[in-house]
Amino acid sequence: MSGFLALLRRDLMLAVREGAALGTALGFYLVVVAMLPLGLGPDLKLLSRIAPGVLWIALLLAALLSLPRMFEADHEDGSLEVMATAPLPLELAVAAKALAHWISTGIPLALMAPVLGLMLNLELSLTPVLVATMLAGTPAVSFLGSIGAALTLKARRGGLLLALLVLPLYVPTLIFGISTIGFASVGQDGFSASLLVLMAVSVASIALAPVAAAAALRLQVS
Amino acid sequence: MQTLTQRLANPTRFMAFSRAILPWLAAASVLLIAYAMYLVFFVAPPDYQQGETVKIMYIHVPSAWLALGGYAIIAMSSFGLLVFRHPLADVSAKAAAPIGAAFTLAALITGSLWGKPMWGTYWVWDARLTSVLMLFFLYLGLIALRSSLEDEALASKLTAVLALVGVSVLPIIKFSVDWWNTLHQPSTGFTSTVDASMRTPLLISAAGFLLLFIALHLKAMQNEIMRRRVKAMRVAEVERGDRLMSAGAE
Repeated sequence: MSGFLALLRRDLMLAVREGAALGTALGFYLVVVAMLPLGLGPDLKLLSRIAPGVLWIALLLAALLSLPRMFEADHEDGSLEVMATAPLPLELAVAAKALAHWISTGIPLALMAPVLGLMLNLELSLTPVLVATMLAGTPAVSFLGSIGAALTLKARRGGLLLALLVLPLYVPTLIFGISTIGFASVGQDGFSASLLVLMAVSVASIALAPVAAAAALRLQVS
Repeated sequence: MQTLTQRLANPTRFMAFSRAILPWLAAASVLLIAYAMYLVFFVAPPDYQQGETVKIMYIHVPSAWLALGGYAIIAMSSFGLLVFRHPLADVSAKAAAPIGAAFTLAALITGSLWGKPMWGTYWVWDARLTSVLMLFFLYLGLIALRSSLEDEALASKLTAVLALVGVSVLPIIKFSVDWWNTLHQPSTGFTSTVDASMRTPLLISAAGFLLLFIALHLKAMQNEIMRRRVKAMRVAEVERGDRLMSAGAE
Protein backbone atom coordinates (compact mmCIF):
# COMPACT_ATOMS: atom_id res chain seq x y z
CA MET A 1 0.00 0.00 0.00
CA SER A 2 2.86 2.38 0.77
CA GLY A 3 4.11 1.90 -2.77
CA PHE A 4 0.69 2.81 -4.09
CA LEU A 5 0.58 6.00 -2.03
CA ALA A 6 4.15 6.92 -2.93
CA LEU A 7 3.38 6.55 -6.62
CA LEU A 8 0.19 8.56 -6.22
CA ARG A 9 2.05 11.32 -4.42
CA ARG A 10 4.81 11.36 -6.99
CA ASP A 11 2.37 11.66 -9.89
CA LEU A 12 0.38 14.39 -8.17
CA MET A 13 3.54 16.34 -7.42
CA LEU A 14 4.63 15.99 -11.02
CA ALA A 15 1.24 17.23 -12.16
CA VAL A 16 1.40 20.23 -9.84
CA ARG A 17 4.99 21.16 -10.65
CA GLU A 18 4.61 20.73 -14.40
CA GLY A 19 1.29 22.53 -14.28
CA ALA A 20 1.21 22.97 -18.03
CA ALA A 21 -0.81 19.81 -18.65
CA LEU A 22 -3.64 20.87 -16.36
CA GLY A 23 -3.56 24.39 -17.74
CA THR A 24 -3.87 23.04 -21.27
CA ALA A 25 -6.83 20.86 -20.36
CA LEU A 26 -8.66 23.68 -18.59
CA GLY A 27 -7.87 26.10 -21.41
CA PHE A 28 -9.10 23.61 -23.98
CA TYR A 29 -12.31 23.16 -22.01
CA LEU A 30 -12.87 26.91 -21.92
CA VAL A 31 -12.11 27.37 -25.61
CA VAL A 32 -14.40 24.56 -26.81
CA VAL A 33 -17.30 25.81 -24.71
CA ALA A 34 -16.67 29.40 -25.84
CA MET A 35 -16.63 28.35 -29.51
CA LEU A 36 -20.05 26.74 -29.27
CA PRO A 37 -22.20 29.87 -28.91
CA LEU A 38 -20.19 31.33 -31.79
CA GLY A 39 -21.12 28.35 -33.91
CA LEU A 40 -24.73 27.97 -32.79
CA GLY A 41 -25.72 31.58 -32.33
CA PRO A 42 -26.24 33.38 -29.01
CA ASP A 43 -29.83 32.18 -28.38
CA LEU A 44 -29.84 31.82 -24.58
CA LYS A 45 -32.79 29.42 -24.50
CA LEU A 46 -31.10 27.02 -26.88
CA LEU A 47 -27.82 27.31 -25.02
CA SER A 48 -29.37 26.58 -21.65
CA ARG A 49 -31.12 23.53 -23.09
CA ILE A 50 -27.95 22.02 -24.58
CA ALA A 51 -25.59 23.21 -21.82
CA PRO A 52 -25.35 19.89 -19.88
CA GLY A 53 -24.52 17.92 -23.02
CA VAL A 54 -22.03 20.49 -24.25
CA LEU A 55 -20.28 20.70 -20.89
CA TRP A 56 -20.05 16.92 -20.61
CA ILE A 57 -18.76 16.36 -24.14
CA ALA A 58 -16.23 19.17 -23.88
CA LEU A 59 -15.06 17.69 -20.56
CA LEU A 60 -14.54 14.30 -22.19
CA LEU A 61 -12.53 15.89 -24.99
CA ALA A 62 -10.42 17.92 -22.58
CA ALA A 63 -9.70 14.85 -20.44
CA LEU A 64 -8.85 12.90 -23.58
CA LEU A 65 -6.21 15.47 -24.42
CA SER A 66 -4.26 14.74 -21.27
CA LEU A 67 -4.49 10.94 -21.44
CA PRO A 68 -1.53 10.16 -23.74
CA ARG A 69 0.82 11.62 -21.11
CA MET A 70 -0.31 9.11 -18.49
CA PHE A 71 2.40 6.55 -19.28
CA GLU A 72 4.47 8.30 -21.95
CA ALA A 73 7.00 10.10 -19.77
CA ASP A 74 7.52 7.05 -17.56
CA HIS A 75 8.01 4.94 -20.64
CA GLU A 76 10.57 7.32 -22.09
CA ASP A 77 12.76 7.56 -19.00
CA GLY A 78 12.47 3.86 -18.15
CA SER A 79 10.59 4.18 -14.87
CA LEU A 80 7.71 2.21 -16.37
CA GLU A 81 9.98 -0.83 -16.57
CA VAL A 82 10.93 -0.36 -12.95
CA MET A 83 7.23 -0.26 -12.06
CA ALA A 84 6.63 -3.45 -14.05
CA THR A 85 9.29 -5.30 -12.07
CA ALA A 86 8.60 -3.67 -8.69
CA PRO A 87 6.96 -5.65 -5.85
CA LEU A 88 3.86 -3.49 -6.21
CA PRO A 89 1.60 -5.23 -8.75
CA LEU A 90 1.48 -3.33 -12.02
CA GLU A 91 -2.31 -3.26 -11.74
CA LEU A 92 -2.02 -1.16 -8.58
CA ALA A 93 0.62 1.08 -10.16
CA VAL A 94 -1.79 1.73 -13.05
CA ALA A 95 -4.57 2.41 -10.57
CA ALA A 96 -2.37 4.93 -8.75
CA LYS A 97 -1.56 6.72 -11.99
CA ALA A 98 -5.19 6.76 -13.09
CA LEU A 99 -6.23 8.04 -9.67
CA ALA A 100 -3.61 10.77 -9.92
CA HIS A 101 -4.99 11.65 -13.36
CA TRP A 102 -8.49 11.90 -11.90
CA ILE A 103 -7.39 14.13 -9.04
CA SER A 104 -5.20 16.35 -11.20
CA THR A 105 -7.46 16.58 -14.28
CA GLY A 106 -10.94 15.16 -13.67
CA ILE A 107 -11.70 17.09 -10.47
CA PRO A 108 -10.42 20.48 -11.72
CA LEU A 109 -12.41 20.09 -14.95
CA ALA A 110 -15.54 19.20 -12.99
CA LEU A 111 -15.04 22.20 -10.70
CA MET A 112 -14.58 24.51 -13.66
CA ALA A 113 -17.87 23.39 -15.21
CA PRO A 114 -20.15 25.70 -13.13
CA VAL A 115 -18.31 28.76 -14.43
CA LEU A 116 -18.75 27.58 -17.99
CA GLY A 117 -22.35 26.72 -17.14
CA LEU A 118 -22.91 30.41 -16.36
CA MET A 119 -21.61 31.30 -19.81
CA LEU A 120 -24.09 28.86 -21.34
CA ASN A 121 -27.01 30.11 -19.23
CA LEU A 122 -27.35 26.78 -17.44
CA GLU A 123 -30.10 26.92 -14.80
CA LEU A 124 -28.47 27.66 -11.47
CA SER A 125 -30.44 24.95 -9.69
CA LEU A 126 -28.87 22.37 -12.03
CA THR A 127 -25.28 23.41 -11.34
CA PRO A 128 -24.82 21.24 -8.21
CA VAL A 129 -26.29 18.26 -10.10
CA LEU A 130 -23.96 18.88 -13.01
CA VAL A 131 -20.92 18.94 -10.76
CA ALA A 132 -22.16 15.87 -8.87
CA THR A 133 -22.51 13.86 -12.10
CA MET A 134 -19.07 14.99 -13.23
CA LEU A 135 -17.43 14.07 -9.94
CA ALA A 136 -19.20 10.70 -10.04
CA GLY A 137 -18.40 10.06 -13.70
CA THR A 138 -14.87 11.33 -14.18
CA PRO A 139 -13.22 8.38 -12.35
CA ALA A 140 -14.51 6.22 -15.20
CA VAL A 141 -13.03 8.72 -17.64
CA SER A 142 -9.58 8.42 -16.08
CA PHE A 143 -9.62 4.67 -15.51
CA LEU A 144 -11.09 3.69 -18.89
CA GLY A 145 -8.71 6.21 -20.40
CA SER A 146 -5.78 4.36 -18.84
CA ILE A 147 -6.65 1.37 -21.06
CA GLY A 148 -6.44 3.54 -24.14
CA ALA A 149 -3.24 5.21 -22.97
CA ALA A 150 -1.65 1.81 -22.30
CA LEU A 151 -2.71 0.36 -25.65
CA THR A 152 -1.41 3.28 -27.69
CA LEU A 153 1.88 3.68 -25.83
CA LYS A 154 3.95 2.55 -28.79
CA ALA A 155 1.48 3.31 -31.57
CA ARG A 156 2.10 5.81 -34.33
CA ARG A 157 -0.26 8.80 -34.17
CA GLY A 158 -1.14 7.54 -30.70
CA GLY A 159 -3.17 10.57 -29.66
CA LEU A 160 -5.63 10.35 -32.53
CA LEU A 161 -5.93 6.60 -32.16
CA LEU A 162 -6.55 7.00 -28.44
CA ALA A 163 -9.66 9.08 -29.16
CA LEU A 164 -11.05 6.42 -31.48
CA LEU A 165 -10.41 3.63 -28.95
CA VAL A 166 -11.62 5.39 -25.84
CA LEU A 167 -14.66 7.40 -26.91
CA PRO A 168 -16.86 4.30 -27.42
CA LEU A 169 -15.90 3.25 -23.90
CA TYR A 170 -17.14 6.60 -22.61
CA VAL A 171 -20.65 6.14 -24.00
CA PRO A 172 -22.23 4.74 -20.79
CA THR A 173 -20.63 7.46 -18.66
CA LEU A 174 -21.86 10.19 -20.98
CA ILE A 175 -25.35 8.75 -21.23
CA PHE A 176 -25.85 8.35 -17.51
CA GLY A 177 -24.23 11.69 -16.77
CA ILE A 178 -26.68 13.42 -19.09
CA SER A 179 -29.71 11.38 -18.05
CA THR A 180 -29.09 12.17 -14.37
CA ILE A 181 -29.18 15.89 -15.17
CA GLY A 182 -32.25 15.29 -17.36
CA PHE A 183 -34.10 13.63 -14.46
CA ALA A 184 -33.11 16.44 -12.12
CA SER A 185 -34.20 19.18 -14.53
CA VAL A 186 -37.78 17.88 -14.69
CA GLY A 187 -37.81 17.11 -10.99
CA GLN A 188 -38.51 13.43 -11.63
CA ASP A 189 -37.66 10.51 -9.39
CA GLY A 190 -35.00 8.29 -10.83
CA PHE A 191 -32.49 11.04 -10.40
CA SER A 192 -30.72 9.24 -7.59
CA ALA A 193 -31.03 5.85 -9.30
CA SER A 194 -29.41 7.25 -12.42
CA LEU A 195 -26.64 8.83 -10.36
CA LEU A 196 -26.06 5.47 -8.65
CA VAL A 197 -25.73 3.73 -12.02
CA LEU A 198 -23.22 6.37 -13.04
CA MET A 199 -21.22 5.65 -9.90
CA ALA A 200 -21.51 1.93 -10.62
CA VAL A 201 -19.96 2.51 -14.04
CA SER A 202 -17.10 4.35 -12.33
CA VAL A 203 -16.61 1.67 -9.69
CA ALA A 204 -16.61 -1.07 -12.32
CA SER A 205 -14.01 0.83 -14.36
CA ILE A 206 -11.86 1.33 -11.27
CA ALA A 207 -11.98 -2.40 -10.62
CA LEU A 208 -11.50 -3.70 -14.16
CA ALA A 209 -9.62 -1.11 -16.20
CA PRO A 210 -6.27 -1.46 -14.34
CA VAL A 211 -6.27 -5.19 -15.17
CA ALA A 212 -6.61 -4.53 -18.90
CA ALA A 213 -4.23 -1.57 -18.87
CA ALA A 214 -1.59 -3.48 -16.91
CA ALA A 215 -1.89 -6.41 -19.34
CA ALA A 216 -1.32 -4.03 -22.24
CA LEU A 217 1.66 -2.40 -20.51
CA ARG A 218 3.29 -5.73 -19.64
CA LEU A 219 3.24 -6.73 -23.30
CA GLN A 220 5.17 -3.59 -24.18
CA VAL A 221 7.79 -3.18 -21.49
CA SER A 222 9.00 -6.77 -21.02
CA MET B 1 -7.99 -37.44 -28.92
CA GLN B 2 -7.48 -33.99 -30.34
CA THR B 3 -10.24 -31.49 -30.90
CA LEU B 4 -10.68 -29.93 -34.32
CA THR B 5 -9.12 -26.63 -33.23
CA GLN B 6 -6.09 -28.46 -31.90
CA ARG B 7 -5.59 -30.44 -35.09
CA LEU B 8 -5.93 -27.32 -37.22
CA ALA B 9 -3.33 -25.49 -35.15
CA ASN B 10 -0.75 -26.55 -37.72
CA PRO B 11 -1.00 -23.92 -40.47
CA THR B 12 -0.13 -26.40 -43.20
CA ARG B 13 -2.91 -28.72 -42.10
CA PHE B 14 -5.25 -25.75 -41.84
CA MET B 15 -4.38 -24.70 -45.39
CA ALA B 16 -5.10 -28.19 -46.75
CA PHE B 17 -8.35 -28.46 -44.79
CA SER B 18 -9.61 -25.01 -45.75
CA ARG B 19 -8.62 -25.48 -49.39
CA ALA B 20 -10.66 -28.65 -49.47
CA ILE B 21 -13.84 -27.19 -48.01
CA LEU B 22 -13.70 -23.62 -49.31
CA PRO B 23 -15.15 -24.29 -52.80
CA TRP B 24 -18.05 -26.23 -51.31
CA LEU B 25 -18.74 -23.50 -48.78
CA ALA B 26 -18.63 -20.79 -51.41
CA ALA B 27 -20.91 -22.74 -53.78
CA ALA B 28 -23.38 -23.57 -51.00
CA SER B 29 -23.44 -19.94 -49.91
CA VAL B 30 -24.12 -18.68 -53.45
CA LEU B 31 -26.87 -21.26 -53.96
CA LEU B 32 -28.53 -20.51 -50.63
CA ILE B 33 -28.44 -16.75 -51.12
CA ALA B 34 -29.75 -17.13 -54.68
CA TYR B 35 -32.57 -19.38 -53.49
CA ALA B 36 -33.36 -16.98 -50.65
CA MET B 37 -33.50 -14.06 -53.08
CA TYR B 38 -35.83 -16.04 -55.35
CA LEU B 39 -38.11 -16.70 -52.37
CA VAL B 40 -37.87 -13.08 -51.29
CA PHE B 41 -38.75 -11.54 -54.61
CA PHE B 42 -41.21 -14.07 -56.04
CA VAL B 43 -42.72 -16.03 -53.17
CA ALA B 44 -42.67 -14.09 -49.90
CA PRO B 45 -45.65 -11.75 -49.54
CA PRO B 46 -45.18 -8.04 -49.02
CA ASP B 47 -45.84 -7.00 -45.45
CA TYR B 48 -49.37 -5.74 -44.79
CA GLN B 49 -47.97 -2.60 -43.21
CA GLN B 50 -44.59 -2.08 -44.74
CA GLY B 51 -45.26 -3.22 -48.30
CA GLU B 52 -42.33 -4.23 -50.45
CA THR B 53 -39.75 -2.37 -48.38
CA VAL B 54 -39.85 -5.21 -45.85
CA LYS B 55 -37.61 -7.10 -48.28
CA ILE B 56 -34.66 -5.11 -47.05
CA MET B 57 -35.05 -7.19 -43.91
CA TYR B 58 -33.75 -10.31 -45.65
CA ILE B 59 -30.35 -8.66 -46.04
CA HIS B 60 -30.48 -6.36 -43.05
CA VAL B 61 -31.20 -8.93 -40.35
CA PRO B 62 -28.53 -11.48 -41.39
CA SER B 63 -25.99 -8.63 -41.67
CA ALA B 64 -26.81 -7.49 -38.16
CA TRP B 65 -26.46 -11.02 -36.81
CA LEU B 66 -23.12 -11.46 -38.53
CA ALA B 67 -21.93 -8.07 -37.28
CA LEU B 68 -22.26 -9.47 -33.77
CA GLY B 69 -21.07 -12.94 -34.82
CA GLY B 70 -17.92 -11.43 -36.30
CA TYR B 71 -17.15 -9.71 -33.04
CA ALA B 72 -17.75 -12.98 -31.18
CA ILE B 73 -15.19 -14.68 -33.45
CA ILE B 74 -12.67 -11.91 -32.79
CA ALA B 75 -13.28 -12.09 -29.05
CA MET B 76 -12.92 -15.87 -28.94
CA SER B 77 -9.81 -15.74 -31.10
CA SER B 78 -8.33 -13.05 -28.87
CA PHE B 79 -9.00 -15.18 -25.84
CA GLY B 80 -7.40 -18.12 -27.65
CA LEU B 81 -4.36 -16.01 -28.44
CA LEU B 82 -3.83 -14.57 -24.98
CA VAL B 83 -4.67 -17.66 -22.95
CA PHE B 84 -3.83 -20.69 -25.10
CA ARG B 85 -1.40 -19.04 -27.53
CA HIS B 86 -3.10 -20.86 -30.35
CA PRO B 87 -0.98 -20.17 -33.45
CA LEU B 88 -3.93 -19.46 -35.72
CA ALA B 89 -5.94 -17.39 -33.25
CA ASP B 90 -4.36 -14.12 -34.30
CA VAL B 91 -4.73 -14.97 -37.97
CA SER B 92 -8.42 -15.58 -37.31
CA ALA B 93 -8.88 -12.37 -35.32
CA LYS B 94 -7.09 -10.27 -37.92
CA ALA B 95 -9.01 -11.83 -40.81
CA ALA B 96 -12.40 -11.43 -39.13
CA ALA B 97 -12.08 -7.73 -38.31
CA PRO B 98 -12.60 -6.19 -41.77
CA ILE B 99 -15.29 -8.73 -42.63
CA GLY B 100 -17.18 -8.05 -39.42
CA ALA B 101 -16.79 -4.31 -39.98
CA ALA B 102 -18.17 -4.70 -43.50
CA PHE B 103 -21.24 -6.59 -42.27
CA THR B 104 -21.75 -3.98 -39.54
CA LEU B 105 -21.61 -1.24 -42.15
CA ALA B 106 -24.01 -3.22 -44.34
CA ALA B 107 -26.42 -3.53 -41.41
CA LEU B 108 -26.18 0.22 -40.76
CA ILE B 109 -26.68 1.18 -44.40
CA THR B 110 -29.55 -1.22 -45.11
CA GLY B 111 -31.07 -0.20 -41.80
CA SER B 112 -31.02 3.44 -42.68
CA LEU B 113 -32.39 2.75 -46.17
CA TRP B 114 -35.18 0.82 -44.48
CA GLY B 115 -35.65 3.54 -41.89
CA LYS B 116 -36.37 6.25 -44.47
CA PRO B 117 -39.69 4.81 -45.75
CA MET B 118 -40.67 3.34 -42.36
CA TRP B 119 -39.78 6.02 -39.86
CA GLY B 120 -39.43 8.94 -42.27
CA THR B 121 -35.77 9.44 -41.45
CA TYR B 122 -32.47 7.80 -42.27
CA TRP B 123 -31.23 7.84 -38.71
CA VAL B 124 -32.79 7.74 -35.27
CA TRP B 125 -30.82 7.82 -32.03
CA ASP B 126 -32.54 4.66 -31.00
CA ALA B 127 -30.94 2.10 -28.72
CA ARG B 128 -30.31 -0.54 -31.31
CA LEU B 129 -28.93 1.80 -33.97
CA THR B 130 -26.62 3.56 -31.58
CA SER B 131 -25.19 0.38 -30.15
CA VAL B 132 -24.52 -0.99 -33.66
CA LEU B 133 -22.77 2.27 -34.51
CA MET B 134 -20.59 1.86 -31.43
CA LEU B 135 -19.86 -1.71 -32.52
CA PHE B 136 -18.69 -0.29 -35.85
CA PHE B 137 -16.40 2.15 -34.01
CA LEU B 138 -15.01 -0.75 -32.00
CA TYR B 139 -14.21 -2.61 -35.22
CA LEU B 140 -12.50 0.50 -36.60
CA GLY B 141 -10.53 0.82 -33.37
CA LEU B 142 -9.33 -2.78 -33.65
CA ILE B 143 -8.22 -2.31 -37.25
CA ALA B 144 -6.60 1.07 -36.55
CA LEU B 145 -4.72 -0.12 -33.46
CA ARG B 146 -3.30 -3.08 -35.32
CA SER B 147 -2.18 -1.01 -38.27
CA SER B 148 -0.53 1.63 -36.10
CA LEU B 149 2.02 -0.71 -34.53
CA GLU B 150 5.20 -1.74 -36.32
CA ASP B 151 5.79 -4.89 -34.32
CA GLU B 152 3.28 -7.48 -35.56
CA ALA B 153 3.46 -9.79 -32.56
CA LEU B 154 2.88 -6.87 -30.21
CA ALA B 155 0.10 -5.51 -32.42
CA SER B 156 -1.77 -8.79 -32.32
CA LYS B 157 -1.62 -9.07 -28.53
CA LEU B 158 -2.61 -5.45 -27.88
CA THR B 159 -5.48 -5.78 -30.34
CA ALA B 160 -6.59 -8.90 -28.49
CA VAL B 161 -6.63 -6.96 -25.20
CA LEU B 162 -8.77 -4.27 -26.80
CA ALA B 163 -11.12 -6.88 -28.28
CA LEU B 164 -11.68 -8.40 -24.83
CA VAL B 165 -12.24 -4.97 -23.27
CA GLY B 166 -14.85 -4.38 -25.99
CA VAL B 167 -16.69 -7.55 -25.01
CA SER B 168 -17.35 -6.21 -21.53
CA VAL B 169 -18.35 -2.83 -22.85
CA LEU B 170 -20.67 -3.83 -25.69
CA PRO B 171 -23.54 -5.05 -23.48
CA ILE B 172 -23.20 -1.94 -21.33
CA ILE B 173 -23.45 0.26 -24.41
CA LYS B 174 -26.45 -1.71 -25.63
CA PHE B 175 -28.35 -1.52 -22.37
CA SER B 176 -27.32 1.97 -21.35
CA VAL B 177 -28.69 3.30 -24.60
CA ASP B 178 -31.86 1.34 -23.91
CA TRP B 179 -32.30 2.94 -20.50
CA TRP B 180 -31.32 6.32 -21.82
CA ASN B 181 -33.87 6.31 -24.61
CA THR B 182 -36.82 5.05 -22.64
CA LEU B 183 -36.79 8.59 -21.24
CA HIS B 184 -37.35 10.29 -24.53
CA GLN B 185 -39.22 8.02 -26.89
CA PRO B 186 -40.78 4.59 -27.00
CA SER B 187 -38.82 1.73 -28.52
CA THR B 188 -39.08 1.64 -32.28
CA GLY B 189 -38.39 -2.09 -32.50
CA PHE B 190 -40.94 -4.31 -34.24
CA THR B 191 -42.21 -6.98 -31.93
CA SER B 192 -44.87 -8.77 -33.98
CA THR B 193 -44.19 -12.45 -34.48
CA VAL B 194 -43.00 -13.30 -37.94
CA ASP B 195 -45.10 -15.54 -40.16
CA ALA B 196 -43.58 -18.69 -41.67
CA SER B 197 -43.92 -17.31 -45.21
CA MET B 198 -41.39 -14.66 -44.24
CA ARG B 199 -39.43 -16.57 -41.64
CA THR B 200 -38.34 -19.36 -43.98
CA PRO B 201 -36.73 -17.04 -46.57
CA LEU B 202 -35.14 -15.11 -43.73
CA LEU B 203 -33.61 -18.25 -42.25
CA ILE B 204 -32.38 -19.44 -45.65
CA SER B 205 -30.93 -16.04 -46.35
CA ALA B 206 -29.26 -15.99 -42.93
CA ALA B 207 -27.79 -19.45 -43.54
CA GLY B 208 -26.45 -18.27 -46.91
CA PHE B 209 -24.87 -15.18 -45.40
CA LEU B 210 -23.41 -17.24 -42.57
CA LEU B 211 -21.71 -19.54 -45.07
CA LEU B 212 -20.55 -16.48 -47.00
CA PHE B 213 -19.03 -15.11 -43.81
CA ILE B 214 -17.24 -18.39 -43.05
CA ALA B 215 -15.97 -18.68 -46.63
CA LEU B 216 -14.66 -15.09 -46.60
CA HIS B 217 -13.11 -15.65 -43.21
CA LEU B 218 -11.33 -18.83 -44.29
CA LYS B 219 -10.10 -17.15 -47.47
CA ALA B 220 -8.85 -14.13 -45.55
CA MET B 221 -7.09 -16.45 -43.09
CA GLN B 222 -5.41 -18.25 -46.00
CA ASN B 223 -4.27 -14.93 -47.44
CA GLU B 224 -2.91 -13.86 -44.07
CA ILE B 225 -0.99 -17.12 -43.64
CA MET B 226 0.45 -16.74 -47.17
CA ARG B 227 1.41 -13.14 -46.43
CA ARG B 228 3.24 -14.21 -43.31
CA ARG B 229 5.04 -16.96 -45.20
CA VAL B 230 6.13 -14.55 -47.90
CA LYS B 231 7.37 -12.18 -45.25
CA ALA B 232 9.29 -14.96 -43.47
CA MET B 233 10.83 -16.04 -46.78
CA ARG B 234 11.90 -12.48 -47.56
CA VAL B 235 13.54 -12.16 -44.17
CA ALA B 236 15.31 -15.50 -44.66
CA GLU B 237 16.49 -14.40 -48.10
CA VAL B 238 17.91 -11.14 -46.78
CA GLU B 239 19.70 -13.02 -44.02
CA ARG B 240 21.17 -15.48 -46.53
CA GLY B 241 22.28 -12.57 -48.68
CA ASP B 242 24.00 -11.03 -45.66
CA ARG B 243 25.81 -14.30 -44.98
CA LEU B 244 26.98 -14.58 -48.59
CA MET B 245 28.19 -10.99 -48.48
CA SER B 246 30.19 -11.53 -45.33
CA ALA B 247 31.54 -14.83 -46.70
CA GLY B 248 32.64 -13.06 -49.90
CA ALA B 249 34.38 -10.35 -47.93
CA GLU B 250 36.59 -12.81 -46.11
